[in-house]
Amino acid sequence: MHFDMGAYGVYIWPAYGISALAILGAIGWTWAGWRRSKAKLAALERK
Amino acid sequence: MNFLFRYANPHEFMRLSGIILPFIAIATALCFAIGLYLGFSVPPDYQQGTTVTLMFIHVPADVVAEFAYGAIAVCSLLSLVWRHPLADTAARAAAPFGALFTALAIITGALWGKPMWGTYWVWDARLTSFLLLLFLYLGYMALWNAIEDETRAARACAILALIGLADIPIIKFSVDWWNTLHQGESIMSGKIAPVYLVPLLIMMLGYVLLFATLWMVRIRTAILERRARNLMREAV
Repeated sequence: MHFDMGAYGVYIWPAYGISALAILGAIGWTWAGWRRSKAKLAALERK
Repeated sequence: MNFLFRYANPHEFMRLSGIILPFIAIATALCFAIGLYLGFSVPPDYQQGTTVTLMFIHVPADVVAEFAYGAIAVCSLLSLVWRHPLADTAARAAAPFGALFTALAIITGALWGKPMWGTYWVWDARLTSFLLLLFLYLGYMALWNAIEDETRAARACAILALIGLADIPIIKFSVDWWNTLHQGESIMSGKIAPVYLVPLLIMMLGYVLLFATLWMVRIRTAILERRARNLMREAV
């Protein structure tokens, strides 16, 4: 593997960084929504 | 068609997706690990230099952006014609991810365009039709939120999604129908050397599996939310 992108690094790394942030954000948002709904339903079923 | 109704009712969906999800999630992680490893091991392209590595995130985002819209259109058709019980939920759940991957394709494309074309953006057919796809996603989500009655909202959104489907072939063939800075189709025509093609295909699979995983979890979440709403209604 090589990570030296030369002069193009200023375009390549932001693109990878933004993609990684967006994907991790989407995973976090989706997972948090699932956990929240599951907890809410469980609380309602206990009542 | 019977298959869709038997295995895609909310109860069966929860059961089946619960079994499938861990496997898809593991396959997604494997594809990303292998795809990125191979992607960062390729030699610089003779024309594009190291910017060729942008292909491994730009093209998969583009593929998922269009794939997600296709999924919404199929679900919309199932909802409008066959009143499929899960179709509206599935269509709505796919939209945020479709919008996200469309935005990612536009951003990574702009960052690839600057060093290769000399500009981040140009109002040509491919880029403009892709921007239209982003607006379609945003409009679709806004319409869902704007109409209070869920049945009416689902109907209106399904019609919008099916009308917007016309943008997908325009995106696909824009590089053939008009002069554009964007390069033409190069995967099916065999113009990509295997050293680049293999990581690209693995990353494409990874992105599609990632979308499938997120989409499935969102549908499951929506089903739980619906159950919670019903319980609250019964309690009142």
